[in-house]
Amino acid sequence: MNVHEFQAKQLFAQFGVPVPRGKEVTSPEAATTWANELNTPVFVVKAQIHAGGRGKAGGVKITKDKAAVAGLAKELIGKTLITHQTGPKGRKVHRLLLEEGANIAKELYLSILVDRDTGWPTFIASTEGGMEIEEVAEKTPEKIIKEAIDPAVGFQGHNGRNVAFALGLQNMEPAVINPFVQMLGNLYRLFMEKHAALVEINPLIITKEKTLVALDGKVSFDDNGLFKHEDVQKMRDLNEEDPLEIEATANNLNYVKLDGNIGCMVNGAGLAMATMDVIKLAGSEPANFLDVGGGATKDTVAAGFRILLKDPNVKGIFINIFGGIVRCERIAHGVIEAAKEVKIAVPLVVRLQGTNADEGRKLLAESGLKLDVANDLWEAAQKIVKLTGKAV
Amino acid sequence: MSILVNKNTRVVVQGITGKEGSFHATQCKAYGTKMVAGVTPGKAGQEVEGIPVFNTVADAVKKTECDTSLIFVPPPFCADAILEAADAGVKLIICITEGIPVNDMVKVKRALHGRDVRLVGPNCPGVITVDEAKIGIMPGFIHKRGVVGVVSRSGTLTYEAVHQLSTLGLGETTCVGIGGDPVNGTGFVDVLPLFEKDPETQAVVMIGEIGGDAEEKAAEYIKKNVKKPVISFIAGITAPPGRRMGHAGAIISGGKGTASEKMKALEAAGVRVVKNPAEIGHAVKAALGR
Repeated sequence: MNVHEFQAKQLFAQFGVPVPRGKEVTSPEAATTWANELNTPVFVVKAQIHAGGRGKAGGVKITKDKAAVAGLAKELIGKTLITHQTGPKGRKVHRLLLEEGANIAKELYLSILVDRDTGWPTFIASTEGGMEIEEVAEKTPEKIIKEAIDPAVGFQGHNGRNVAFALGLQNMEPAVINPFVQMLGNLYRLFMEKHAALVEINPLIITKEKTLVALDGKVSFDDNGLFKHEDVQKMRDLNEEDPLEIEATANNLNYVKLDGNIGCMVNGAGLAMATMDVIKLAGSEPANFLDVGGGATKDTVAAGFRILLKDPNVKGIFINIFGGIVRCERIAHGVIEAAKEVKIAVPLVVRLQGTNADEGRKLLAESGLKLDVANDLWEAAQKIVKLTGKAV
Repeated sequence: MSILVNKNTRVVVQGITGKEGSFHATQCKAYGTKMVAGVTPGKAGQEVEGIPVFNTVADAVKKTECDTSLIFVPPPFCADAILEAADAGVKLIICITEGIPVNDMVKVKRALHGRDVRLVGPNCPGVITVDEAKIGIMPGFIHKRGVVGVVSRSGTLTYEAVHQLSTLGLGETTCVGIGGDPVNGTGFVDVLPLFEKDPETQAVVMIGEIGGDAEEKAAEYIKKNVKKPVISFIAGITAPPGRRMGHAGAIISGGKGTASEKMKALEAAGVRVVKNPAEIGHAVKAALGR
């Protein structure tokens, strides 16, 4: 789960990581009120959406004129921002972060995540603050500093010093070395205690006043750890999610919307991905990823149908089930019942394999429903692609 | 021969009185696996399908000499359950549970490091040595004893591959599900040397997916150490970047972990990579010259 910059900064403040004074505002009036209270030489108005690249897309405004803040807020609220991370449709701005400006002397990059190779939480730092870290890693890998933290003992001072001196803080501003080490310790605590998946500060700045400030902030959380943190759950912003994906989550389905025209419904995540791949191989494009889980029942299949059919791009549906512990004839019953409940006007191909597959296929064939039954994966994929026509 | 588990493996089921635990303990027992104990704290003295239940894994080990644990404990308590099994002296821990927080697994992995214990999973279907021991949730009947070792990050996709191998008469030795989580116990590089050494295994099917670099690491290992033919399928060539595809570990992040990168690395290591999952079985057959 992702959260907004202003929420990330609230968490930073809670864990002793310095951030600019700022607040979330959702109207020009609230912006004016907060601007009066903030009373700073420079005001920064930042659009809050779950995507990077806001600055380039015109989502960040800076002014020295307090009276201009309301106008900037009005301009941004309701605006649709298109960045390299939002896709062509862009994202509508519902809320803003209004904060004080800072005197930047130097910009750095800092993040922490679990290195999948070692299984250890690892800090990544670079002197190239403000740039995309992937780009830095690609072009100048020598500028990437990594420091793994032993989870058995947690963050130690030397971990922080290793990063500080590797960055060359002693040459930039020696006064920030100790606060920097302390900040890394605080970020490690935030990362572990809140079950974060990524904490990123880009840029982390050294100010002309010789202090450190997290000028931007990104935090994403491990969905599997959310149950432990009610405060984090409350930070979820449904405006930032696809409505179909929200509906899927409510039905305990794993759904990711894609751009193709063949809707697919599969049991198991690996097989669901493989099914998408087979559709592509057969000459078309999948409209989604949908894993109905091991125990595909009538209710989950019906919910799956409803979600798939709400996507106007879907011109055909491919159900691919490998019956394991769950027997195929029960899944066939589920499909038949669900298909009666939900009107399906597009071609439907059902591929059943595994436990009692023959009985399942027979039930489907005799159900009177308009559908094609297949037993081989490749045969089924070719069938649905033929029935829907090629993707445009 | 086979790897990891066989007909002498003695299994304790942690979380045996739960819905999943009791159902699958029964299924494993019916397959012929030696299911000797179960653990649910506070329920000692009960039985599940004739399997005695204990309060702690330590008690189960003392009374039944179980050497392998199969875990169905729910996510909030699962890290604790894995560590309990390790502390009780169980040598192989197979964790089926899906949804364990990553940072919990970070601590578990560190705690198990350097100890004489192997963790398979979490978020995996388990391990089966055909006709000897089924320790997991996979449907036993699709397997047929044969010559192919299978190692996979996925569940139902593995069944798909196994079904093809069985139907073509090739059959399997042992199938190991290493799970779909970003931080797990046993990896491809831990299983590959076991298959390479196993005299009965003639070829290995390796099923990977997007996310992380386990497949690249496996490619490196195969290039240097594996002489048996390896056939691989990588799921997710059509998966978009930045989106989690069901499994917690199946995500392309920062442009890394794409299916095509993995396929390229494996092909460079001499692995036969199939693009169509429906052709896994045929590719193995061809590789074995049958």
